[in-house]
Amino acid sequence: MAEYKWPAPAERTLIGKRISRVDGAVKVSGHAKYSYDYNPKGLLFGKVLRCPHAHARVTSIDTSAAEKMAGIKAVQIVQKPGTEVLWQGDDIVAVAAVDEPTAEDAIRAIQVKYEVLPHNVSDAEPPAGAGEGPAGPMTEDDLENALGNQVPDAQVISDLQKRGVTFQVTDDMTKELKGYGVSDAVINALKAAAYHPEAASQPRSPYQKMAAQTQGDPDKGFASAEVTSEGVYGAPVITHCCLETHGSAAEWPSSDHLLVHCSTQGVSGLPDQYAQALKIPAGNVRAHQDHIGGGFGSKFSPDRWGIATAQLSKSAGGKPVKYMLERDSELMTAGARPSAYARVKVAAKGDGTLVAWQSDSWGTGGPAGAGSPPLPYVFEIPNQRKQHTAVRTNQGPARAWRAPNHPQAAVITMCALDDLAHKLNMDPVEFFAKNLDMTGPRAPIYKEELPLAAELMGWKQKWHPRGDKSEGPIKRGVGLSMHTWGGRGHASNCLLSIHPDGSVDIKMGSQDLGTGTRTAILIVAADSLGIPMNAITLNIGDTMYPPDGGSGGSTTIGGVSSSTRRAALMALDQLFAKVAPALKAQPADLEARDGTVRVKSEPSRSLSWKQACAKLGAMPLSVTGKNPGPGNLINSGVGGVGMADVSVDTETGIVKVNKMVAVQDCGLVINLKTAESQCYGALIMGISYALYEEKVLDPVTGRMLNPNMEFYRLAGLRDIPELMVHMMTDPLNENRGVIGLGEPPVISPGAAISNAVANAIGVRVPFLPLTPDRVLAALEQQQKAGA
Amino acid sequence: MRAFEYTSPTTRQQAVELLAGSWDQSAVLAGGTDLLSLMKDDVVAPKRVVNIKDIRELHGVRFGPRGMQIGALTSLGELADHPLVRQHYPAFGDAVVEAASQQIRNMATLGGNICQRPRCWYFRSGFGLTPKTPEGKSLVEEGDNRYHAILGNDGAALFVSPSSIVPAMIAYGARIRIAGPKGAREVALEKFFVIPRTESEREHDLRPNEIVTDVFLPPPAAGRYAHYEVRQKESFDWPLVLAAVALQMNGNTVRSAKVVMGYVAPVPWVSEEAAQALVGKTVTEQTAQAAGEAAVSQAKPLSRNRYKVQLARVAVKRAILQAAQGKAEGGAA
Repeated sequence: MAEYKWPAPAERTLIGKRISRVDGAVKVSGHAKYSYDYNPKGLLFGKVLRCPHAHARVTSIDTSAAEKMAGIKAVQIVQKPGTEVLWQGDDIVAVAAVDEPTAEDAIRAIQVKYEVLPHNVSDAEPPAGAGEGPAGPMTEDDLENALGNQVPDAQVISDLQKRGVTFQVTDDMTKELKGYGVSDAVINALKAAAYHPEAASQPRSPYQKMAAQTQGDPDKGFASAEVTSEGVYGAPVITHCCLETHGSAAEWPSSDHLLVHCSTQGVSGLPDQYAQALKIPAGNVRAHQDHIGGGFGSKFSPDRWGIATAQLSKSAGGKPVKYMLERDSELMTAGARPSAYARVKVAAKGDGTLVAWQSDSWGTGGPAGAGSPPLPYVFEIPNQRKQHTAVRTNQGPARAWRAPNHPQAAVITMCALDDLAHKLNMDPVEFFAKNLDMTGPRAPIYKEELPLAAELMGWKQKWHPRGDKSEGPIKRGVGLSMHTWGGRGHASNCLLSIHPDGSVDIKMGSQDLGTGTRTAILIVAADSLGIPMNAITLNIGDTMYPPDGGSGGSTTIGGVSSSTRRAALMALDQLFAKVAPALKAQPADLEARDGTVRVKSEPSRSLSWKQACAKLGAMPLSVTGKNPGPGNLINSGVGGVGMADVSVDTETGIVKVNKMVAVQDCGLVINLKTAESQCYGALIMGISYALYEEKVLDPVTGRMLNPNMEFYRLAGLRDIPELMVHMMTDPLNENRGVIGLGEPPVISPGAAISNAVANAIGVRVPFLPLTPDRVLAALEQQQKAGA
Repeated sequence: MRAFEYTSPTTRQQAVELLAGSWDQSAVLAGGTDLLSLMKDDVVAPKRVVNIKDIRELHGVRFGPRGMQIGALTSLGELADHPLVRQHYPAFGDAVVEAASQQIRNMATLGGNICQRPRCWYFRSGFGLTPKTPEGKSLVEEGDNRYHAILGNDGAALFVSPSSIVPAMIAYGARIRIAGPKGAREVALEKFFVIPRTESEREHDLRPNEIVTDVFLPPPAAGRYAHYEVRQKESFDWPLVLAAVALQMNGNTVRSAKVVMGYVAPVPWVSEEAAQALVGKTVTEQTAQAAGEAAVSQAKPLSRNRYKVQLARVAVKRAILQAAQGKAEGGAA
């Protein structure tokens, strides 16, 4: 039996090297096929009529004129009359037509009447006392929020007993909750809760105040502090803005078999979602995807429009129907990162040791409120009091956005700490270093990373106490932030076959988000089997292959690398058993290296890979490596440091980033090149949300005002400065095994850039994005305060 | 996009005949970078599209003693690369190079840049040029006006003029020639733009059956010119505010000045106050600052755009300083 571990550093031929991605050539040449590119003969084009109101009830729908139009092949009502629509752009009716203009004409011919209801798109600070007082019966959203925000069981149970619920508790619901790990005590309380159906239609306060959480003795903590800093910080709702919009093509090869080409982060997870909505067996759904143009957490579901696309195809006799969101629909409806703001009070002893934290945070994730950011972030300050208020708005539904809740938590925490460092007259690097023992298990890695990042940034030369005193309107400053993430590999199955002719193929239901997953799988397989990467055929992105986890939460690299490693080692076990007699050796004495199978102690006793595989006989050998599985191949928990160097034009408020540094740990790196690329991409994304991104909602109409790429700004080439990335690859980190990397480096840039701006201009700009109006307003406040 | 009739005339005369007497009947297609997105977003839905790209005489740049004549169909890309533009009208060249992206500059024409519609997000959402709330109030005033007008905003129109190139052209004294059913007419570019008072009016003095055919830049009078943009992104972004200035000097003192601001009003805004503040003065940090102050002395910011007053003040100051520091242009042409 093989021992399941990673090869020792000296034995690695590919793992940890800088290897160009295997799909680079097809992508840059335009040969890579995305869901958007699926254009079979006879394709019908889908379009969706979207609600123009931020809050309304559908009163009637008349599709008769559209149905009579030439070229219209199917019409599907997505949300029936009576439905309450909670955001602008939500799907009402879908059509399929022979071409796009005809589909658009049909949309215009559909008559939908709405009862327009009052909307709220503001996530401004809740008025004092909002969300308090006698709360009515709990809605499903209330319950979901309580469970999602780790409100203690006792509190949830007491709420259920006291308040009752507005919804009927079904067996399916309790089963699902149990599946999410909700305790029996809570489920029993839920079953026993009084049912108040009448309350469901009562107007509700937009504010949901979560239970206050306290650790240690905050009052005593603040009393013992020598320096206290107070401030308000936050980040607005932003969108995912995937360059390939959401959508799919669907067709029915037979009346009960569905084939979808869907832009998705989770191929294997799609069939069940389609099956539930369409009432067909999940086994009859095939999902396929070769390449995806961005997801960032927003592409796990077929979505309403995807289900409608499948229904349209069915109505059109199974013909393929494609519907990809338009740019405006993408920005309006396909996901938003919740906002988070907080009033923070944080205190330290005179030497900089943190002693107490207090935060009153709020934010919106659309109609369901939002999850609260993990505060205080990274630092386990001994005495804490924190309270979060979720604001229900008609902003559109929230979705996970690369490192859900963490960038917001970093902005709130790291900016508050930076302000405290300023009050302490301390260099933030020294102040953060002083408190690293409060960072828990990641403390040792932060202790290595912080000075390294400072060196790469040239911090000592660049840092100055707050406010660049040099002449002229351009002020320069540096700032830092720290972050953490889990990143344990998800469930994965790698079906690896070695054929008697020496060819090797791998089949996995995983997907390559553009992060280099294909390349990583091939690196692990080739390094393990001792053959070149191009000797292996890799098939991913299809439900015909063994199921694999969705690519979210930085879980893919751990999942696919460990299942592939296990598959390769299992396959070698079987191959060695067949080959050993020919080499007059024991299977355990063999190794696969340099395209041969050979005796470890005497490498000249060898067979070429092809000769060795010929010993398999007539049948290929096939194994499935799994994650989780034997051996400690993966781990969880990383730390990273981000730093920014900015220039601020104090006359115009324009911020320009001069340099960004990311120092990041992710355990054993499979491909150094694509790992660094993840960090580069994250820094660029970070610059965008720090300086530009904001989902602008019109207070009057409730509509999104910038559902386009001219006023929803993303950094372009000229906005991207020098980016310096350093991966921590020392043996101590490598020995922890493989850990995910997608999320962590995107967490710190917002806070680091905000801190750099404060360092440059001498005053905090409270909220991202750091636009000229906000920067100038902060400078004006500072002037008033000084005058 | 709604169905439309497509025509492709080869002469000015044919083009003008194909254009109808009302805006909703027909539209001129040149580079298409604005018209197509307006049609796709259903903001405009012309029944007939008149493609003028096949009118050969509307292409190209000619330079002579009377200045530069630029065919309306000349692309921004051609202008950006044109050595005579860089040599004789560098501030205009700067404005062209900074406009949009390389891809858009390759398609977009100078005539189209002059005639492009406002970027106001209410206009682009189909609420019109002078959008109203259901109660009849100004939607811009009640809503989010962070990018809207701070000057010339007494009426119903609160959008800002969208061209980032026109202010520099006005600073150089540009005129345009317009072809219509009654033949050609010429108008100073500065006078071409008007503030619409009602929804039925347009933001320029073009009839629905007219096309801009040529742009004339006079020989640059000996003077100093500059174009300065304040914008968030360096890559592909609309300026928040810009200023273009022309200074005619008498030794070290300013004999006459033209100060034009973009993105501050529904039209390119020529500031007499700023010009007057400069005349007879030497250009220093202080006089430039005073001219910037004068430029915004009449500004009336809306609820969300007070910051633009400061941006305009600074843009004017910096454009003046940049012009004064830059080497003198023209005269030798």
